[in-house]
Amino acid sequence: MVLDTSKDLATGTPKGIWSWLTTIDHKRIGLMYAVTALVAFFIAGFEALLIRLQLASANGTLLSADAYDQLFTMHGLTMLLVVVMPVGAAFMNYFIPLHIGARDVAFPRANAFSYWLFLFATVMLLSSFVLGGAPDGGWFGYAPLSTQLEEFVRMDFYSIGAQLLGVASIMASANFIATVFTMRAPGMTLMRIPVFTWMAVVVSFLLIFSLPIFGIGLWEMFFDRNFGTHFFSGGGDPLLWQHLFWLFGHPEVYVLVLPAMGIVSEVFPVFSRKPLFGYPFVVFSGIAIGFMGFGVWAHHMYTAGLGPVAEAGFGVATMLIAVPTGVKIFNWIGTMWGGKLRFELPMLFAIGFVSLFVVGGLSGVLHSVVPSDYQQHDSYFVVAHFHYVLFGGGVFGYVAGAYYWYPKWTGRLLDKRLGLWHFWLMIIGFNMTFAPMHILGLNGMPRRTYRYPEGLGWEFWNQVATVGAFIIGISFVIFAWNLIRSRKNGRIAGDDPWDGRTLEWSIPSPPPVHNFDEIPVVSHIDEFWHRKYATDEEGRSVRMPDVTGGTISSETATGGEDGKPTVDMHMPSPSYFPLVAAFGIIVTGYGLVYLPGGWVAVGVGVLVALWGFFGWSLEPVTRNGNHD
Amino acid sequence: MSRSRRLAIFTIVILAVALSACSGSGPQTALNPEGPVARTIDNLWELVFIIAAAVFVIVEAALIYTLIRFRARKNDDTEPVQLHGNTRLEILWTIIPVVILASIGYPVIKGIFEVRAIAQGADVLQVQVTGHQWWWEFEYVDLKDDTGRTLVTANELVIPEDTEVNLTMTSADVIHSFWIPTLAGKRDVVPGRISNLTLIADNPTPPDEPHPGQCAEFCGLSHADMRFKVHVRTQADFDAWVDEQLTPAEIPTEGAAALGYETFNATCVACHHVTVAGASGPEDIGPVRTTEVDGVTFTSSLAPNLTHFGSRTTFGGGTFENNADHLAQWLANPAGIKPMRPELNDIQTGRILGMPNFNLSSDEITNLIAMLEGWE
Repeated sequence: MVLDTSKDLATGTPKGIWSWLTTIDHKRIGLMYAVTALVAFFIAGFEALLIRLQLASANGTLLSADAYDQLFTMHGLTMLLVVVMPVGAAFMNYFIPLHIGARDVAFPRANAFSYWLFLFATVMLLSSFVLGGAPDGGWFGYAPLSTQLEEFVRMDFYSIGAQLLGVASIMASANFIATVFTMRAPGMTLMRIPVFTWMAVVVSFLLIFSLPIFGIGLWEMFFDRNFGTHFFSGGGDPLLWQHLFWLFGHPEVYVLVLPAMGIVSEVFPVFSRKPLFGYPFVVFSGIAIGFMGFGVWAHHMYTAGLGPVAEAGFGVATMLIAVPTGVKIFNWIGTMWGGKLRFELPMLFAIGFVSLFVVGGLSGVLHSVVPSDYQQHDSYFVVAHFHYVLFGGGVFGYVAGAYYWYPKWTGRLLDKRLGLWHFWLMIIGFNMTFAPMHILGLNGMPRRTYRYPEGLGWEFWNQVATVGAFIIGISFVIFAWNLIRSRKNGRIAGDDPWDGRTLEWSIPSPPPVHNFDEIPVVSHIDEFWHRKYATDEEGRSVRMPDVTGGTISSETATGGEDGKPTVDMHMPSPSYFPLVAAFGIIVTGYGLVYLPGGWVAVGVGVLVALWGFFGWSLEPVTRNGNHD
Repeated sequence: MSRSRRLAIFTIVILAVALSACSGSGPQTALNPEGPVARTIDNLWELVFIIAAAVFVIVEAALIYTLIRFRARKNDDTEPVQLHGNTRLEILWTIIPVVILASIGYPVIKGIFEVRAIAQGADVLQVQVTGHQWWWEFEYVDLKDDTGRTLVTANELVIPEDTEVNLTMTSADVIHSFWIPTLAGKRDVVPGRISNLTLIADNPTPPDEPHPGQCAEFCGLSHADMRFKVHVRTQADFDAWVDEQLTPAEIPTEGAAALGYETFNATCVACHHVTVAGASGPEDIGPVRTTEVDGVTFTSSLAPNLTHFGSRTTFGGGTFENNADHLAQWLANPAGIKPMRPELNDIQTGRILGMPNFNLSSDEITNLIAMLEGWE
């Protein structure tokens, strides 16, 4: 095995494309997740703009019904599984080890494998657009429509593509759980880890328990479509799919939003200069949301005919899930209460998150009013609701995270003026787009309809929504420009630009490959803050004069002559086997989509995957000479 | 403008939009109920919406107040007190939401059982509904002519005012959802399953302003064009309508309509069903299938029953106004004005995905329209 071993002498960081293809560094994998998700965000956002253009007037003619069905299906599928979930994974990859004082995740090669499989499955899903048409049965893929659609291979791309994204996600989740439970620095007890990392743990458990259910449903769909089984029709039960789908689909909502809640739980304390109010309550309410998230799936099925008893039960459970959510919101306000609020960009987006998430949360309570949901279900009211949760909540939270941690990734700050433009355009565009949808839904406009007639009074608010969508689009073009431009031209951030509280701010920006020169010994929540500040009699922080922020023990960082640290550390070698294994699996996936001719590709793909897995398990962890 | 003021204005805008949602507009709104079932739902909605709006105002006000009061000021270098939490507050803001939610829990559960109650009794009008890709079929199972034939119509449901109507619904293909917002919430229509919905309408509707409804569960290509109407009549008008509908269609004997009938008999009856007045009483033309779902027998045809096509205000899944222009466009190329996939039709298995283009000549089209308009 020959690898390019050229390294940046100053930091020990390998360079070149090959070094990215073979990397098993959690930070690089995190960044690759982030970039992939951002590209997918623009693709799915473009789909949304086409949808909005089509709906801007009655009897829209821009898109055919066929094109519209593909676009709304792929918009949902891409935004959920390829944008928001992976952007959560991006932050988790990068910051879980930094938050708990570790040098990498527990299984670095499995981590690389998760990313490559995710990337290939994404490419596979998107390639369907040019290979006979994208999935057009909705991201929810209700049977028997999804098993009945016989137009070439479209929903096979859905069943295999989503399946493989799920496999990647399950592996990543197992990795994160193992990392947090086994690799914490000395003194980093579970009740001292940053809330973001706590939420990552909750999300990982949610995925491990919910994705297999979805996976079973997807295989059953695949079998119904290709091998003539009858899981969901012709003697099978169409509602079985709905149960399987939503048993995954509802926890998935929390998978999407809990990491964003974790991010704002990091941002509020830093920009309020106060610790998180009620840390244990925020953590346990997150865990409570995770548990309760498995007990409310049927609130997506109130009109399906479960019977009044089941509907009442799921209605009450759905109401109750508002309680831990409320606890979080009150604690965030409590965090800011009595603080010194600095309205830097991460803080603005975090405030946007809270103020918009409240709307989504309350409209969620309105859905738990089951009879009311008989009207709102599958109407634009629901579209408004979940965009307030996932965009007003989720995306605002993740963007807050991007502004907050960009200096750690690149060593430079994002431009504030561009950031302000981004914030105000995004919050105005967002509310223009999605607030009117509440009204449209209540006035009877159903979802997933490619056109609507005149005379129903829906034109005006649809036009407002379309204009709003383009404002959101502009705001994200500004954001993308800011991300690109600031990488070279941004203000130098230093190690600790925000006067941070958690361990990632104690190391250089960007961090060295091995993260911590010396594994920190932890004695507090907000460990880094306590290294910088003492507390006076009134409980106010007093800066300790001899610490200026930055590295904890800079004397060990300079190291030997070759720039490598002198301390003994085990960093595993790069490997291309995860890439090979993931590639083999995706070839298998394409083969399954194109059955029966695809059996050949299935065979080839399995062999390639086996080569990857065997190579991976047989290669030594570190190459000779790398173990300094 | 200060940041705090901008935030305040922003909040007011959101509030204004939220409050403007209180009053419905348009004929398909759920907010102006026209019957007791929809009214029960609307009352519950209003109750909870007001509570939710109050919570919204309180939380956003608390947030904005916090942002303004505790903003960092220039020339103030003191550090805030490092407060870690307050258990009493935590308990308080856990219990208050629980109490609020418990207080709405009771009316919600009561509402579920009220709205979901299946209308029973001799006075209830029984209608069986079959959802098709992409049209609705209605069979009034208790309304029969002398020969025992039931009243069957498509896409336009006619009901008497102030009468309980029990819909017993199933689907011939994929899942649909029957939604008539002014009269009731929606109810999914699932193949292999039965679902029920109760409709009660307060007042008769003008003939050209029926209640609009549409399919609310994504059912494929023409989901947007799977609409329907509910006409409400006085009891007397309804009875007259029933008599009319139970009369078989006359076979046209002269003129364009007679020529149209020849084309009809050669082409359309492969899927469409009609009951015509034969020499020795009513005769059925066109295929009819019966399926049994959970002990209920559903009779349905492959395409809308045309016996009284001329009496309907719309066609094509309630999508197009029923007039000669629209019919001409439709007959010339059905999939050209409503997206369908007739190339996948399989009459043997009964899988029909829309009307094919039969390449009818303009004469044939004119004749067919003459025949259809005669069948009132």
